[in-house]
Amino acid sequence: MHAIEKLLANKAGKDSVTTGEIVNCEVDLAGINDLYLQTVRSFHEMGGVKVYDPSRVMMFLDHYAPASTIMQAQNQKAFREFCWDQGIEMLMDIDQGVCHQVVADKGLAHPGEIIVITDSHTTTHGAFGAFGTGVGATDLAIILATGKLWFRVPEIIKINFEGKPPQGVYAKDIILHAIGELGADFAVYKAVELAGSTLQYLSISERMALCNMSTEMGAKTSYIQPDDVTMAFLNEKVTRPYEIYHTDPDFVYAAQVSFDVTHLQPKLAAPSSVDNVFDIQTFIDTPVDQAYLGSCTGGRCEDIGIAAGILKGKHIAPRTRFVIVPASKGVFLEAMAKGYVQSLVEAGATFVTPGCAACLGTHEGMLASDETCITTTNRNFPGRMGDTQARIFLGSPAAVAAAALEGKIVDPTPYIVKENA
Amino acid sequence: MNTNLQGRAFVFGNNVDTDQIYPGRFVQYTDVEDVAKYAMHGVDPEFIHTVKQGDIIVAGTNFGCGSSREHAAITLKAVGVGAIIAESFGRIFYRNAINLALPLIVCPHILKYVQSRDSLLVDLKSGTISNEKGILITAEPLSPYVMSILEAGGIKPLVRAQLLRGA
Repeated sequence: MHAIEKLLANKAGKDSVTTGEIVNCEVDLAGINDLYLQTVRSFHEMGGVKVYDPSRVMMFLDHYAPASTIMQAQNQKAFREFCWDQGIEMLMDIDQGVCHQVVADKGLAHPGEIIVITDSHTTTHGAFGAFGTGVGATDLAIILATGKLWFRVPEIIKINFEGKPPQGVYAKDIILHAIGELGADFAVYKAVELAGSTLQYLSISERMALCNMSTEMGAKTSYIQPDDVTMAFLNEKVTRPYEIYHTDPDFVYAAQVSFDVTHLQPKLAAPSSVDNVFDIQTFIDTPVDQAYLGSCTGGRCEDIGIAAGILKGKHIAPRTRFVIVPASKGVFLEAMAKGYVQSLVEAGATFVTPGCAACLGTHEGMLASDETCITTTNRNFPGRMGDTQARIFLGSPAAVAAAALEGKIVDPTPYIVKENA
Repeated sequence: MNTNLQGRAFVFGNNVDTDQIYPGRFVQYTDVEDVAKYAMHGVDPEFIHTVKQGDIIVAGTNFGCGSSREHAAITLKAVGVGAIIAESFGRIFYRNAINLALPLIVCPHILKYVQSRDSLLVDLKSGTISNEKGILITAEPLSPYVMSILEAGGIKPLVRAQLLRGA
């Protein structure tokens, strides 16, 4: 069996599982976000009275943090009252940030657990050896009512990344390259294990970006076998006991693909799909109205640090704005302590409350028609960050910061070299 | 439930994501009558004025990819869409729709057989998809588990019964 199958079997109370089998699993951590009041409605519509285990439920007021319409405020109010009524103590209010980063910051993501959140990017938690998957409101309500949810045991694909990435190439470039080559529906319904020698060069922050973006190839979940990098993070953050599963040597993957990243160029996903991927050179000198750094994909302290390195002592281009959204309160505090926030604000950046902000086109950095944005986020579908006629390029934090500096798309590599020299 | 469905086809391409089915800025609406106003708004704002009860969406690969928003399934169900046939579906959208008893049929190559506004007949039990002239193609049959959710009228009645049994 694969480590993922052993994990699912354990949570289903079984010795083994097979591909395609429907299993009913205990969910260790269930998260609701503030977009989906339907979760509470479905809970009541199903006859739910008391939440099965409030200690395993987190409520995240992250997508509308803080509320910018009366209706968003009403929804958040209803969620707070639900938490108070139900004894859900892990109410992550508007100061906390994006659900996935908050879970990681609080040491609640670890190997061997099932994390289900009403957010498609719950695959992020594969970086910690957890089984993370996103569901809709009604599925989450089932967990609230019963503590469990059904899963189809997925086929498992292994994607190997080999070699040391060159300077200027980040996890975002690597995963965009893979999605571009494999397609946005490559892994629909399937689990993706990310492996290979490249991982030894990638921090937890970078691994979270890889696992996060596996959603954009359709993956149900992602998985990185815990190693020394994982353990260093877990030892610092996690106090609960956990179990690490290992894949049997005779396990047969549904498919295996490999990418050599040694000579990879910085990448961009061009409008309007995540698998529309090119070398950044293809779009050199494209004027940029807004550069955007944030989200559960690219809003961590390392990402902000990369931007600060490129922009410290300089100023963004006159006709360009640079919106920065720390992924969480923890990220924001760390970025302030390291002086990144000071450098970036002096350079002309606009900081926004930790949360999801304009990544999903609701508030705080929306795009007008015919504007062009380069962003560290995860989706560039029409209308994703505002008007359907806006153009969205997805790239690394370095590509975004360098574009903010020059007011146009540039290869970020020389900017990083100069900073390190 | 009626497992023989009939309706006009509304044809869409590949990777129609949840931002196109139901744009993010409308997610704050929670009442179904409000949610129904924005079905397919990001790809065809006229859709809600032309769709009728029982009409069938036909699409390419990865229909409903993207966000977890149940609004995408709620809005299509609310405007009367009777079924969706696609070459493949986004995983979360698939679960959301089945949970609401909105039938989804996976059918590779369906776009080769169907034109916009064709009148389609779908037999959920056999998987056959026909027009006036006869059978066009046979889709993958729905799994017994999915069929049991559809026959119960969605997941909510099933869980409700389960909770009552446990109480």
